Amino acid sequence: MSERGGSLMRLKGLVKKEFLQIARDPSSIAIAFLMPLFLLVLFGFGVSLDADHLPVALVAEQPTLDSDEFFSSIAGSHYFVPQRFFGMAAAEEAMREGRVNAIVHLRADFAKTLAREQGADIQVIVNGVDANTARLTQGYLQGVWVNWLERRARNAGREMVTPVKLEQRVWYNSDVRSRNFLVPGLVAIIMTLIGTLLTALVMAREWERGTLEALLVTPVTMTEVLLGKIIAYFALGTGGMLLSVGLAVWLFGVPLVGSFWILFICASLFLLAALGMGLAISALARNQFVAGQIAIVGTFLPAFLLSGFIFDIDSMPSVVQFITHLIVARYFVAIVQTLFMAGNVWSVVLPNVFALIVMAIFFMGITWRKSKKRLE
Amino acid sequence: MTVDILAADNLSRRFVVEGRSIQALDGVSFSIRQGCVTGLIGPDGAGKTTLMRLAAGLLVPDGGSIRVLGLDATRDALKVQAALGYMPQRFGLYEDLTVQENLDLYADLQGVPMDQRAQRYQALTRMTALAEFTNRLAGNLSGGMKQKLGLACTLVRAPSLLLLDEPTVGVDPVSRRELWAIIERLVKDEGMSVLLSTAYLDEAERCDDVVLMHEGRVLMQGNPSDLSAPMGGRTWAVRGGRLRDLQARLAGKPGVVDAQVQGDHVRLVMRQDADASAQFSGLEGCSVEAVKPRFEDGYVDLLRSRAESRSHEGMTFSHPVTESVSPVIHVENLRRNFGDFWAVDGISFEVNRGEIFGLLGANGAGKSTTFRMLCGLLPASSGSLRVTGLDLRHAASVARARIGYMSQKFSLYGNLSVMQNLVFFASAYGLPKKLRGERIGWSLSEFELEKHADQLSGSLSLGYKQRLAMACSLMHQPDILFLDEPTSGVDPLARREFWQRINALARSGVTVLITTHFMEEAEYCDRIAIMAAGRILTLDEPAIIKAHAKTTDNPEPSMEDAFIHLVEDAGREAA
Repeated sequence: MSERGGSLMRLKGLVKKEFLQIARDPSSIAIAFLMPLFLLVLFGFGVSLDADHLPVALVAEQPTLDSDEFFSSIAGSHYFVPQRFFGMAAAEEAMREGRVNAIVHLRADFAKTLAREQGADIQVIVNGVDANTARLTQGYLQGVWVNWLERRARNAGREMVTPVKLEQRVWYNSDVRSRNFLVPGLVAIIMTLIGTLLTALVMAREWERGTLEALLVTPVTMTEVLLGKIIAYFALGTGGMLLSVGLAVWLFGVPLVGSFWILFICASLFLLAALGMGLAISALARNQFVAGQIAIVGTFLPAFLLSGFIFDIDSMPSVVQFITHLIVARYFVAIVQTLFMAGNVWSVVLPNVFALIVMAIFFMGITWRKSKKRLE
Repeated sequence: MTVDILAADNLSRRFVVEGRSIQALDGVSFSIRQGCVTGLIGPDGAGKTTLMRLAAGLLVPDGGSIRVLGLDATRDALKVQAALGYMPQRFGLYEDLTVQENLDLYADLQGVPMDQRAQRYQALTRMTALAEFTNRLAGNLSGGMKQKLGLACTLVRAPSLLLLDEPTVGVDPVSRRELWAIIERLVKDEGMSVLLSTAYLDEAERCDDVVLMHEGRVLMQGNPSDLSAPMGGRTWAVRGGRLRDLQARLAGKPGVVDAQVQGDHVRLVMRQDADASAQFSGLEGCSVEAVKPRFEDGYVDLLRSRAESRSHEGMTFSHPVTESVSPVIHVENLRRNFGDFWAVDGISFEVNRGEIFGLLGANGAGKSTTFRMLCGLLPASSGSLRVTGLDLRHAASVARARIGYMSQKFSLYGNLSVMQNLVFFASAYGLPKKLRGERIGWSLSEFELEKHADQLSGSLSLGYKQRLAMACSLMHQPDILFLDEPTSGVDPLARREFWQRINALARSGVTVLITTHFMEEAEYCDRIAIMAAGRILTLDEPAIIKAHAKTTDNPEPSMEDAFIHLVEDAGREAA
């Protein structure tokens, strides 16, 4: 038999073996399909970064028509669930107990001062423990205040005089739904799970159980063993990607503005880098427990925290920003978020694709160097 | 001219494990001949596996070279691997693939042409008796069947050299015999050469040629009879009086290489220069009979002459045993299930005070489950269980204070020193301060651990680890000692010392329960129970069990013969 024919037969045998093992191993199925579903449902339905239905305490020392009007415009906004309190003491108590996020306080002279030229003061006290929500609450309240003043002026037949007028438009995610931003990023997380964690585990298992020792003393080459793994887990990772993208578009209604095929090609590149990381980890660790730890701490958590999936990279300290450049998922998250929401923006896609190619070559290179056909 | 099928030349290899350097192989030279079975014999840590891996091109030597089938195993690793068959100690079967899928994978990897496969599979599955199990997952096969499947995968393309690394470890005697039959057939019918490593000395006698290894060096190479023949006229069976006292007396005599309780007699091996007739002077009233020398006798003689070890003549244990009821252990209709599976299925026995009681059986026979129930570590599903007169259901912790337990894995803290381990166990058993010092002192001197007191226990040799583990389990002066496979992998000398101690303990009144898969060790026990599939097949003195297996073809059956005889009988009844 020709050398090439033998090699093909060996590769075919290895790939078939990988698929049989995937099909029979409940943990592969769990990581490849159940975890993605769980994450998608969790982030698609459960987790939201939007501030909505915020409980606020409303305190008017002397209720008047003006104060009632102002409060009802707060109640009219879907951002707030207002609660009337009589007296600051009760409102502060509610804030301490966490029942409300903010207190809107109108002094007894509210109606009187409102009529004056320099206008009236309202006091807004925001619970700053969750800084993000605090800022949003503050902003929304200000918006309500401005709107109310405008409406009042219009009703009085006057144009409100402001030196600068703000006209807001939101581009790319015009509903400002955080789901549209989170779900595409999840594709990167899910592919890290399959490509790196699962691959590192199954390869380390081969070292641990001694199955690799038996394989190595056949004419098989290390390249063929690695290729067998790469082909099988590439297919599995692609399956995970298609599942996540499909669910994102059809179940969660996230619009895919850019091209699916560009997404597919970029995902494949990312998957190669992720597989490279997984195989490199297992070649170094050779032990399921250690490989799992390294994969989670070294790739999965950074993909979660430092890739821009949830936390904006630009608002991180510069040292941390520098570190994010080492995280493969960062480049892919930038691509998916752009493709999903903004479309085919080549100036974003191309540099990130380049980074993915470099990373894929780097990690595959380590794997090739470290996986010798020896037991040491 | 005959070509050496495998030749090692001054081979050395060193490993660094946890900062410690271990010389696994130290200038090993030997060669093996074509068309025969060469046994690589030695205890754990002798360097057998390292040698196998070097031959298979999986490791690179530090010095020297190894040539396999005329090729350098290091430089031409790929070519060597294409030509030989290698079955590692834990053969990497894919347990989630079926028997057939495992075979297919190896046929693909070995490049077996499609049109030859059906025929080859048929021959292999017939030879290994796996034909009816081809659709079973490899993980659901018994230990012996897994081993045979591993062999079948290795043989899927008939190699000219077969390397087998401890193929019979953890395999029941029946499967062991079948494996040997397969190997012998391969050599005879297909002219294959086989290099087989083993720690079982009785397997050496089945080899055409043996290479004896010890601590990384080759002690001798030759025909197995080269080792046993010079022992002719030096081996005796001595009968009379209480065997254990007799054994202790004989072991202390000058000129004695070895004295072991062996069923109904003490087996005595004398030094070459010893004047036998003079030695027997103190044995009035005993019958002395010459017996055939064995490979093991020669091995022990060789090792003893190298390392002049202290003889354990007067080994006594100052070990006060609380007077207790006899039988010390009473088990009746004990059962334990795990789901649908009955690991122990209605066993009954009694053990008397000061008795050495052995539990024999293959992996999965129910030995360990029985042990765990006796120690109060696992509740019984049904049946009654009394230890030192206490019902384990109600007084497990009281009973536990009177038993010592030594597990197969020794359960020591590897990163604590010998002394720290002893102190820890003394405090774990709640010994009062004064007694604590006394017991630790006793452990150090009785087990000769003084020199190693400050050494990390993880870096001790296996024999010393075993001593330390035993010292720890005796710390609280238990009345009953449970030993779970205490001698796996320990070299013959360490094993002898261990048994001397066990004998001394039993003489002082301690009851000893032991599980083992070394058939010959069963003969050191007063009584043994042979277990299979959760039941006791037979329970008696070793000599009587052996006598039952006597046939006209086999007038002097070994313990292994007796075991196989029993298991086969049980199988016939079940069928």
